[in-house]
Amino acid sequence: MTGFWTQAIEVARKDLRTEMRTGEVFLITIPFGAVALMLIPLAVGTDTPLLRSIGPGMYWVVVLLFGVMVALRQSAVEAGPQQDLLSLLGIDPGAQFTGRAGATTALLLAFEVILGPVAMALYDPQPRGWPWIAALVVLVAIGLGLLGTLAATIAGSIASSALVPLLVAPLSVPILLAASQTMDGLRFGNTILGWVLLLVTMDLLLAVAGVLSARPLQEASR
Amino acid sequence: MTEPLLDLRAVGVRLGDTPILRGVDLRVGPGEVVGLVGANGSGKTTLLRVAATLLVPSAGEGSVLGAGLKDDARFDVRNRIGLIGHTPALYPNLSLEENTRFVARLVGAPAGVVGAALDRVGLAGARHRRAVQCSHGMQRRAEFARLLITRPDLVLLDEAHAGLDRHAADLVAFILQDVRSRDGGAMLVSHEHNRMEPLVDRVVELRNGAVRAWEDGA
Repeated sequence: MTGFWTQAIEVARKDLRTEMRTGEVFLITIPFGAVALMLIPLAVGTDTPLLRSIGPGMYWVVVLLFGVMVALRQSAVEAGPQQDLLSLLGIDPGAQFTGRAGATTALLLAFEVILGPVAMALYDPQPRGWPWIAALVVLVAIGLGLLGTLAATIAGSIASSALVPLLVAPLSVPILLAASQTMDGLRFGNTILGWVLLLVTMDLLLAVAGVLSARPLQEASR
Repeated sequence: MTEPLLDLRAVGVRLGDTPILRGVDLRVGPGEVVGLVGANGSGKTTLLRVAATLLVPSAGEGSVLGAGLKDDARFDVRNRIGLIGHTPALYPNLSLEENTRFVARLVGAPAGVVGAALDRVGLAGARHRRAVQCSHGMQRRAEFARLLITRPDLVLLDEAHAGLDRHAADLVAFILQDVRSRDGGAMLVSHEHNRMEPLVDRVVELRNGAVRAWEDGA
């Protein structure tokens, strides 16, 4: 029998390999995300100060909306027979959750990195503190990856994916707020430590909640 | 007295208000293979899911590989149960080899077993083909390859012969022989009675969710 992390890595590797084959995130979700980012400047026009001010917020909202789609897509790969298979192989449900959330995080990270230059070109947010921004991008990807996977797991246990946005929206508020405020803090030279700590706390809470609830949610889905 | 691998006592399952299984008593001992027949909707698949610990019965009691059907201990014996259900448990966009390797890595089997297992089930030439591009029979063979790697103590086969050619049907016999030789047990559902009967020690029939004595042709 293999250990927790080996199982999680194998599950993540399988999910990422599936994405490489289908390209659903890279070929469909990212182009739509870029279009969504473009719509706001079209509506606002050439009001550069306004665009600069709302840019980071719009970017994170787009990341959230499309991040949920990424998480849902990942969950769809794991239908009933595949879930039964993993259970009967004795795979720890917590490791399954960790692996799926890891793959979703990796895809979200790629999503953020690719759309970042698009947002820069459209909104010209004049960011400062690149090391902090890099850490922020990673923390948000982890948070939304965990949140999306947890929401998709809960929705799977009650057989209704329509609930995912309802579950994600309120829980994502602290993450999006912290991300936007950190960007503003960096731009205007304010302290950002509190917001970064909020992000780290949210990531830890979601990870613990996801791993601990994985078994009961998996059993409830049958 | 030898402890049975599967011991169901007055097991009942309800889905909402509908009774699916009613008072099922069934035992599968070491080295025993039991055939399960019954009309569509008689509860065969539900019974296999109870035996696989994937479904907790709403009535009755029993054990699987020594673990109570309703106890948390059932989670610990799941890796000794092999279930092949109606719908293939394969990832459609992974190749047959990738699907099999995924399982082998998860159970900590050496890398060499993947090629050997695919070769044994006659899929060596198709190992790079994605599961979604394979016929139902080929997908079944890939699932048999999984059983050859995991070698479970309790094998549960739903519609064991559906979509299988003669060579693939021989694989069913091989897997059952293997599990018997290890003092394991098996239960298989099949509508092809002439193929099933030579493989099993006894046959039980499910009729309207309850076990009945089976009379061929009834």
